[in-house]
Amino acid sequence: MNPAVLSQHMAQRYLRRKITHWIMMGVLALASCLALIPLLSLSVYVLSQGIPGLGINFFTHLPQPIGETGGGMANSILGTLTLVVLASLIGVPWGIGTGLYLSEYPPGRLSTAVRFSADLLASIPSIIIGLFVYTLIVIPMRRFSLLAGGVALGIIMIPTLARSTEELLRRVPIHVREAGLALGLPRWKVILRIVLLGNARAISTGIILSIARVAGETAPLLFTSFNNQYWQRGLDQPSSSLPVQIYTYAISPYEDWHQQAWTGALILVLLVFAMNILTRILLSPRGSS
Amino acid sequence: MSIKSILEVKNLHAGFGTTEVVKGVSLSAQYHTVTAIIGPSGCGKSTFIRCLNRLHEETSGAFANGEVWLENTDIYAKNVDPVSIRRKVGMVFQKPNAFPSMSIFDNVVAGLRLAGVKRHSILKEIVEQSLISAALWHEVKDKLNAPGTSLSGGQQQRLCIARALAVEPTVLLMDEPTSALDPISTAKIEELMTELRKKVTIIIVTHNMQQAARISDQTAFFLSGELIEFGETSQVFTAPKMDQTERYITGRFG
Repeated sequence: MNPAVLSQHMAQRYLRRKITHWIMMGVLALASCLALIPLLSLSVYVLSQGIPGLGINFFTHLPQPIGETGGGMANSILGTLTLVVLASLIGVPWGIGTGLYLSEYPPGRLSTAVRFSADLLASIPSIIIGLFVYTLIVIPMRRFSLLAGGVALGIIMIPTLARSTEELLRRVPIHVREAGLALGLPRWKVILRIVLLGNARAISTGIILSIARVAGETAPLLFTSFNNQYWQRGLDQPSSSLPVQIYTYAISPYEDWHQQAWTGALILVLLVFAMNILTRILLSPRGSS
Repeated sequence: MSIKSILEVKNLHAGFGTTEVVKGVSLSAQYHTVTAIIGPSGCGKSTFIRCLNRLHEETSGAFANGEVWLENTDIYAKNVDPVSIRRKVGMVFQKPNAFPSMSIFDNVVAGLRLAGVKRHSILKEIVEQSLISAALWHEVKDKLNAPGTSLSGGQQQRLCIARALAVEPTVLLMDEPTSALDPISTAKIEELMTELRKKVTIIIVTHNMQQAARISDQTAFFLSGELIEFGETSQVFTAPKMDQTERYITGRFG
């Protein structure tokens, strides 16, 4: 081919490639802006609706009976915190233990089965987990309870935490483990003290994210911890929680309760945001040390 | 070889699944010597030294049989615990692998502390001794609490040597310890090895033949899982007995 013809052809191709490049860049930029819109508008809306009801009473007072104004969600906030602690007591050791098994022990039929069921469990709607715990704990105890709610949320934590722990530990190079073994340390010590503790910050990120996820769960709590207009009276008693209280107030016909629901929603959103930001700080290089 | 060997390997076979990588190797090493193992990639030299502290079997599907005598113990005998063998046979790896999230101090004493040694005065003394032996003390003595991974590659490799020395092994295995390092760090580690041999017996795998010639007392040449030639380093490099050895060290194949 004539060199001049070829170079002209190449120049044309180059221009076309440039134009395609700019169009695609524009499409991608637009898509990412669109992704931000729901988050931003949600934050702004919840903030503007929630702030009017915000006050010290909201954090210190119990809900008022119908007809009386004022009151707060102190019991719901305490209930959510209790549920999260209970859920973590169950979900964290169980989930991390499962993740350790999946990443540290040789692949086999058992680990394939465990990994598959973890993925299945993660995709089961949370209301089904609530039903399961209802038959497992609520019916035998003949009572809604904090304990049942904690178990339900704990079960929801297990699969995500197991998989995130597994993925994380798989990124630890094999030669770090071998260095531990070569020092004459038993395998379990290498796994716990070097592999797990050596990545404690990243692991705690996984824990906080899974807590943030269950803190806002509503459906499984509807028939496990149920609700209560007073302070909780024990782990074997029903208790209020932020999501259920928001749900109850939001579907009520009272203007005052709607305001309370919005403020509750604001607190819940802030709680989850705070946890996410905390994980960012933990994960940033040299963030804590 | 009239002197008693610290390490004697007899007819060692090792591999993965149905593939044999080390095909009946026998060799021995005397106290306070450096033995270099050379050979082209894939010749089984890494697998071979990983058998000497029973690390090879930690890979799934790995097998090893034969006899490996460490002083008076056959480390492949039935009642031997691999953990106790690894306390006596230390290892330094190709890539520096300081433990994540551990300070320089904690890295050095990891082996002892996790084995239950708690007293700080003892640990402190061992840290200083080990870092001096690894020629790293003067560079890090003022920042023992800094993360081990904050050091340069060459420093981290010496940290790994200090960590291995802290448990006072009698044999130190080194699997291409300088292949990921720059020439200056390499020179430091080579220099260090001539000091270390006063305390431990060293077996080193290397791709660098000049390195083998510089630092070792005896050299083993591996090819396709077999030990082709084994003898005094000066003899192997100047007057190899086998044709394959000569062709390899003169760079004509491999």
